[in-house]
Amino acid sequence: MADTKPQLISRRSLLRSAGAVGAAAAAGAKGSPAATASSHESQLTPTGEQTSENKQPRYIFEQLTADEAELLEAIADQLIPEDDLGPGAVAAGAVTYIDRALGGALSESRDAYHSGLAAFDRYCRSSRDAPFLELSHIDQVSVLIDVETGAATGASTGFTGSSASFFSMLRSHVLQGTFGDPFYGGNQNFVGWDLIRYPGVRTSVWPRLQTQLEAGELSPNHRSAYDSEYFEKAVVRTATKGTYHGD
Amino acid sequence: MATRLPGTDVVIVGLGAAGGVAALPLADAGLDVVGLEAGGRLTRRDFAPDELRNNMRGWPFSVQKCAQEVPTLRRSRSDTAVQGTGHPMMNAVGGTTLHYWAQSWRLNPWDFRVVSATTERYGSSRIPEGSTVEDWPFGYEELEPYYDRVEHEIGVSGQAGNVNGRPDPRGNPFEGARTREYPMPALRWTGFLDRMASSARSLGWQPFPGPAAINSRPYQGRSGCMYHGFCNRGGCHVDAKNSPAVTTIPRAEATGRLTVVTHAHVRRVETDNQGKVTGVTYVQGREEFFQPARFVLLASYTYENVRLLLMSKARAYPIGLSNNHAQVGRHYLSHHQGAGVTALFPSDLHAWYGLPAQGVAVDDWADDNFDHGALDFIGGGNLWVYSDRRPISAAGMNTFGLAPTWGSAWKAFVRDNADRTNSAYIQKTTLPYDSNYMDLDPIVTDPLGDPVVRITAEYKQNELAVADFLQDKMERWYREAGAIKVTRGGLGGQMGVSTHAYGGTRMGDNAETNVVNRYGLSHEVPNLGILGASVMGTSGARNPTLTAQALAWRTAAHLASNWRSIVE
Repeated sequence: MADTKPQLISRRSLLRSAGAVGAAAAAGAKGSPAATASSHESQLTPTGEQTSENKQPRYIFEQLTADEAELLEAIADQLIPEDDLGPGAVAAGAVTYIDRALGGALSESRDAYHSGLAAFDRYCRSSRDAPFLELSHIDQVSVLIDVETGAATGASTGFTGSSASFFSMLRSHVLQGTFGDPFYGGNQNFVGWDLIRYPGVRTSVWPRLQTQLEAGELSPNHRSAYDSEYFEKAVVRTATKGTYHGD
Repeated sequence: MATRLPGTDVVIVGLGAAGGVAALPLADAGLDVVGLEAGGRLTRRDFAPDELRNNMRGWPFSVQKCAQEVPTLRRSRSDTAVQGTGHPMMNAVGGTTLHYWAQSWRLNPWDFRVVSATTERYGSSRIPEGSTVEDWPFGYEELEPYYDRVEHEIGVSGQAGNVNGRPDPRGNPFEGARTREYPMPALRWTGFLDRMASSARSLGWQPFPGPAAINSRPYQGRSGCMYHGFCNRGGCHVDAKNSPAVTTIPRAEATGRLTVVTHAHVRRVETDNQGKVTGVTYVQGREEFFQPARFVLLASYTYENVRLLLMSKARAYPIGLSNNHAQVGRHYLSHHQGAGVTALFPSDLHAWYGLPAQGVAVDDWADDNFDHGALDFIGGGNLWVYSDRRPISAAGMNTFGLAPTWGSAWKAFVRDNADRTNSAYIQKTTLPYDSNYMDLDPIVTDPLGDPVVRITAEYKQNELAVADFLQDKMERWYREAGAIKVTRGGLGGQMGVSTHAYGGTRMGDNAETNVVNRYGLSHEVPNLGILGASVMGTSGARNPTLTAQALAWRTAAHLASNWRSIVE
């Protein structure tokens, strides 16, 4: 079901060996094709110090503890890894996105994160005898398959409800943090949009532009919706859950 | 104690698709109208191209009245109803038309006479058991002038298929005759839509562009569509989506006869001892007001129309206003629009820009446009292939069993395929049944303590058979166009809370089985009218809004021209 293709070097072990240097250095060490992502990345290093080439202040987690953020980053790194195709969820800032959202629109999910990550940690320790961060790549993948399929559900783990629903929530938020508008803290340097070849937010798409798109001649414009002062920044306090046809 | 306001001729409860249209003919006729709207006013600057906010977080539906009165749901009388997870409608001046897809179909002639047409062609035994379907009290021809009026008043783009009986092969060959062309040409197509149309023709089908209340070119001083891709659950940033908020409501206000009151939460329609309504009571902030009116028009969407009637009990109406025949809440149906079909193509579809009303339709398998003699159902569906894609949902695509759902292999899959899927929207004939209805929930209330609506409803054998039949047709169409994988959604079960909710205050000549008469006026209450899809007794195989708007205009025009005899 899930990807079990081994990586030559576990990204997490690389991260750990890099110690406090953090994700930016790791990305650099792997020769990330999106070099620009690195300079941005220090923002989302939860506990690390800034590297010398990073000038932006690091992101301070407000909803997640440092341990939770570190675990969540390791999970996000498995869901959308950095690899030959380019940066993944960590470089995109998906965990920054989630932390910010848990203070606002996703505030109803805060408890699900705290209890779900704690249960996730308990499950790793009881079933694999080690915390997730210390597991090999293969073991991390197999833990995630257990959680995804609901096999990690049970009294010993303490998942409230099925572990599958925790996984599903987490995956959808990692997708939002990787492919959503950068205004919300994720998709930094547009790495998510570049990955799926989304040509960008535009406010007018004339026939000529559609023709260029169909001819493969349209370059991504790398703009957030809110780069324009025109739009009001409405805030959703609590997200609704239903799915409907939009008409 | 409610503050008593100065009286008015007509109070309209709800300024959405129907109420927002009805205000104009009333104001034009010189009647004083107060429009009570539960939401506020939004402008084009509120409509950011923001998938996260609009589509993932449901911004159009959040923090508003109807989010607090979500109906409860159960399949049958023996089940316990559970409250739905959300309400799909929007409270605002213009209502849900601010963010809807804006597909603006006329019903086809068959939809007005399902019982008699089925009986004539196949025999009366073909009406499904337990269905309470009736013919409409009039045919398509009666509504045609109102369709025409609304299409031109708000602005609808499309390609006619039948002007005064003259067929035009570019349009829908099955549509009823229209008296003139659409006011604007159809929205443009993409290369993928051209390909789908061509594949439909190779199958011997007759594809055509669908109609939309969206400007395909500048109209009435407003911009043409910008095709930016955020129309689905988003308002229009250039006012090219022709909601009443930018068309009929400002025009009615310009007459000086329409007063719009926002954030007005109507709780009761009040009645005197003679059984006439006297006005409505509403809450605004923490204050309560009574708005006296000589005529009350309910236009608050199917669920809220029914809820207000059932809550407005009076001496003359002991089980709910206009409910002495126990018909309020009956004949409920939510359109069968699930059971979709999704396809994967081997190359990019270039669907990042566009809108769900921009597409190619096939009506060959809708209504009674094909022989049902050897089939086990009546009706059919409209096949709709459209252009609509945004990055988060694209990345969350179905992987068709070709890749895992995360990890490097998934990443490679979405990089290649995010722009290669298409999901068809298939709207299907849905019938009313005796066992599908709405009433008030005995337990669940809104924050003011008023009961929410309880929906007891499920799709029956006819709907499931139509869904199965249409999925076959859709798969064939996708395969013809080169799809390499096709998946199908489930055939349907319980009816959910829907943007296409019909019935509950059905229109018909027989007061024993209908709440309003052929003009949309109550059979029981002399000065009460009802607007919206709650008066419709059949769904057709296409979106209800234009029909609800044509009916609203017709009711308002009838009221204005018969004002003295109705009110005095």
